[in-house]
Amino acid sequence: MLTLVLLILPLIASLVLLATRGNASRSLALLFSLVQLGITLYVWNEFRNTLAIDLPSKFGFVKDWISRPNISFNIGLDGISMVMVILTNLLLPLIILSGFNRTIERPHIFYSLMMLMQSALIGVFVSFDGLLYYIFWELALIPIYFMAFNWGGVNRKAVTLKFFIYTLAGSLLMLFGFIFLYWSNPLHNFNWNDLVNNHTCGCNQTWLFWLFFAAFAIKIPIVPFHTWQPDTYKEAPTQGTMLLSGIMLKMGLYSLIRWLLPIIPSGVMQWNSLAIALCAAGIVYASIIAIMQQDLKKLFAYSSIAHVGLIAAGIFAINVQGLQGSMVQMLAHGINVVGLFFCADIIFNRTQSNHVEGIGGIRLVAPQFATYFMIVVLASVALPLTNGFVGEFMLLYGLYEYNHWLAVTGGLTIILGAVYMLRMYQKVMLGESVMENMSFPDLLWNEKVVLISIAVLIFFFGLYPKAILELSEPAVNFIIEKSLIK
Amino acid sequence: MTENILNEMNLITPVMLIPLLPLLGFFITSLFGKQLKHASGWIASLAILVPFICSAYIFMNTDAATSFEVPIFDWIAFGKFSIPFAFLIDPLSILMLLVVTGIGFLIHIYSIGYMHHDEGFSRFFSYLNLFIFFMLLLVMGNNYLVMFIGWEGVGLCSYLLIGFWFKNQSYNDAAKKAFIMNRIGDLGFLLGMFFLMMMFGSLEYKTIFSKASEIPVGNSLIVITTLLLFVGAMGKSAQIPLYTWLPDAMAGPTPVSALIHAATMVTAGIYMITRSHVLFVLAPFTSDIILIVGVATALFASIIGLKQNDIKKVLAYSTVSQLGFMFAALGVGAYKTAMFHVLTHAFFKALLFLGSGSVIHAMGGEQDIRKMGGLRKALPITNFTFLIGTLAISGVPLFAGFFSKDEILANVFVHSNIFFAVLVLTSIITSIYMFRVYFLTFSGEFRGTEEQKHHLHESPATITIPLIILAVLSTVGGFLGLPSVFHATHKLNAYLGNVVPSLSEHEVSHNFEYILMGSLTAIVAIIIFAVFNYFISKKNMPEANEEEMNPVGRFIYNKYYVDEFYNAVFVRPIMLLSDIFLVLIDKLIIDLLVNAVAWLAISLGKGARLVQTGNTGFYVFAMVISMIVLLALQFII
Repeated sequence: MLTLVLLILPLIASLVLLATRGNASRSLALLFSLVQLGITLYVWNEFRNTLAIDLPSKFGFVKDWISRPNISFNIGLDGISMVMVILTNLLLPLIILSGFNRTIERPHIFYSLMMLMQSALIGVFVSFDGLLYYIFWELALIPIYFMAFNWGGVNRKAVTLKFFIYTLAGSLLMLFGFIFLYWSNPLHNFNWNDLVNNHTCGCNQTWLFWLFFAAFAIKIPIVPFHTWQPDTYKEAPTQGTMLLSGIMLKMGLYSLIRWLLPIIPSGVMQWNSLAIALCAAGIVYASIIAIMQQDLKKLFAYSSIAHVGLIAAGIFAINVQGLQGSMVQMLAHGINVVGLFFCADIIFNRTQSNHVEGIGGIRLVAPQFATYFMIVVLASVALPLTNGFVGEFMLLYGLYEYNHWLAVTGGLTIILGAVYMLRMYQKVMLGESVMENMSFPDLLWNEKVVLISIAVLIFFFGLYPKAILELSEPAVNFIIEKSLIK
Repeated sequence: MTENILNEMNLITPVMLIPLLPLLGFFITSLFGKQLKHASGWIASLAILVPFICSAYIFMNTDAATSFEVPIFDWIAFGKFSIPFAFLIDPLSILMLLVVTGIGFLIHIYSIGYMHHDEGFSRFFSYLNLFIFFMLLLVMGNNYLVMFIGWEGVGLCSYLLIGFWFKNQSYNDAAKKAFIMNRIGDLGFLLGMFFLMMMFGSLEYKTIFSKASEIPVGNSLIVITTLLLFVGAMGKSAQIPLYTWLPDAMAGPTPVSALIHAATMVTAGIYMITRSHVLFVLAPFTSDIILIVGVATALFASIIGLKQNDIKKVLAYSTVSQLGFMFAALGVGAYKTAMFHVLTHAFFKALLFLGSGSVIHAMGGEQDIRKMGGLRKALPITNFTFLIGTLAISGVPLFAGFFSKDEILANVFVHSNIFFAVLVLTSIITSIYMFRVYFLTFSGEFRGTEEQKHHLHESPATITIPLIILAVLSTVGGFLGLPSVFHATHKLNAYLGNVVPSLSEHEVSHNFEYILMGSLTAIVAIIIFAVFNYFISKKNMPEANEEEMNPVGRFIYNKYYVDEFYNAVFVRPIMLLSDIFLVLIDKLIIDLLVNAVAWLAISLGKGARLVQTGNTGFYVFAMVISMIVLLALQFII
């Protein structure tokens, strides 16, 4: 039942916001998102006190929906969903707050779309019926499309169209996959439990794997399915980019764990060495491109490709450290990437530039901003005691157990990550100012609140990753058990 | 037994205070730096002094048999695996605690004077406190991952402090270089930990070392693991091929060079290998590699030191070279000897760096020894203490460096004559470049500007007192490890004996010991005379610029062009690759494919559109044709 509340509240918020105007819209949006966060924390606490495998039903809500084809409105929470819900509802208030002190046109529609997006994202993470999940998956695309299309940068139209078609094409493949699974499943339904317990024959899994993999690989994105991403991140409004990179791409990673590993296990067994190799190559590839990137947002986009590539690789290693690492790292990456894009936004807001070479010496005039930016940078280069380290350590160990050399390849990220991040920080923040008469006011109140929150989260999850690990371990073990069936 | 447990309970508070106070100091000085102004220097120093007192208290109340763990909290746990955040207190960590907090405190005090006029005064002390915090974690951890926290943390502080004057982009370059080269080593360390986790199912020293006894000597997994750990040590302790960051790191303020890049952080690699000696003993191959790398680094770095004219650069190469000595000791299995040299080196190298800082301070920022000279009169205390440091590093009898270096040489001699010869040569070169620096700086005539001459002054007490204390330690520090020739107990060996049992330390004959000491002493005496004669009596000066040098000199002056080599082989190709990936693969190939798919869709659409003519006749015609086809199909099937 609680899950239903989490799903519906943002939807109500989305409708209510349409009736507001001006600054009231975003204040109300913030209020709603904080209430949502409060409920999430309550659920989290309840969840910790209930240590059963059969959690989906406790927090869940099941109702028959459509009888032919057999689709049920089946939502619930297990440890993995719980972490994703925490990620979504933790980031949303920060994303909304980061828009304070900025002006946008028609804020009521903008924030209404954002709340709709939140609802759809929650829907993706809590659905235990394949088609319901698919509906939310597609629904999540619509608000972000309009946000990017109407509030984005100069090239927004071409770029968002590319993004939309790219991801839609992937989704279509997944839909075919689901329809096939529906028929091959003796119970003829989309129920997750039934799909997990009634695998289709290995001959079909060989090609079914690719239908799902393509959809998820585009969303994540895994190289070479990534070319929609850097442009979209650059052109979308910052808050849209935060939603995309912080939460939405986790839909792809989450789906690997939920809808690929346990449902098509022999397909995964057959192809995961190729998938991991692709991910590992992608890590190095994207990191190397990031080194020479001149646009701040694109640099963060490529660094994000490298980071999620490692997460995906860890997932495909199918061992407890890889999957648990991916849970920690999904949350960490969400927090850190929102921080990075927010810092880029702060710089753009004051200098009208995101060109790495054109800025400099900001630390001289804005020491507070420089400190928080540094903290986010350190978290994203996985310094121990920050949230980025625990996940990366576990993921690399997961990869190591799968194959030693892949761990070496993936491990290059700790060197290359330092190269591109420190180079960026040096050019943008250090040195003498290259801009004449630069006025770069230090942090405004909302910026301070956002960055302090991010810094606190960075150290909290760096010091106490157990908060996440203990949530997801039973569910992850269940997934592994189902995925390793011959 | 019960007494011991009671004792350990009493020690938990001081153990906790040791890392906590520097962390607290970091928060106070960074958050309230503006309000505190110069008080932050004293607060930061206090935050190190109390941990030093705690360390001393622990030292007094424990003995060589002490070894206890202090768990703090569970950090990472997955599956059957759990990594606690916990401390281990034993003689090895106590020794390191004393060095880190003791030298750290002196350098904090020194910095109050040295950084007095800097606008980033509070920021400097907050970084120093943070550094000490991480360094303490490094030496106190009871498992490799806590060591790794400290390991990366000190790397961060090194980055922040090398680039302390961040307006200067070449300093920032040096900082970035240090961080990245260390990260290369850290990847080795990380992979080494993965091997340990796979083999032992744990990262805790206790578990690993007790299980390691079941592994046969020369086991290939142990060899790989130790090699990977050594790669980590290479990065942190600046050994070939990962040493080039350390000389550049001199861009940081001088107290930083003394604390981080001489006395403490760079010796972390030696600490790590000594801590893991159980593993390294099982891997003779790795030990041989360590010996070769150590000896080669010692020699090559000392040769570079001969041609450098920046006082701090000479000391930096000297540090690299001395670290090479320590690795040579590790390579022959003389772990305690390596720790002994860590200790004495911390004294005399911190002294030399701080002395150079005092000189630079007096010279108004000048670091070129060709523009100094005759500072003996204006800076009497600095002169005297710097001389002691020089004597100590040169291995003049009775000074600290003499005993530890002698012990290394004796241990290497037992192992291999050739490496012994190279190290003797290196120690001769060491005394040459050190006396070259000393005489050019303090003797002869002053060669700077009139204005500088006017400003020459001895440094304030906050600077000179640490110098004097370190000079005393550099003089008497060696007595902790008297060789058996003197019929005294080797106090340090006895203290560390339980942690690092003597396995392969061979005793050389007393006769050989006498010959070694005697001949080295004679050689140093000759060198002192010769160097004085060359630079002071005959007034020879180092070349004013590169053109005047002979090819060999130029080759050495340019540090064998290793930086240029790395640039050409690693840095540029990666940059080129970056452009190729982006332009060729991302933009051209992948996007071309994507657009081809889009184009296909559009063409199909265009084709299909042709059918939609709006001509009713055509539709009727199509309908009839289709019906015929459908009927025909039904017949056939």
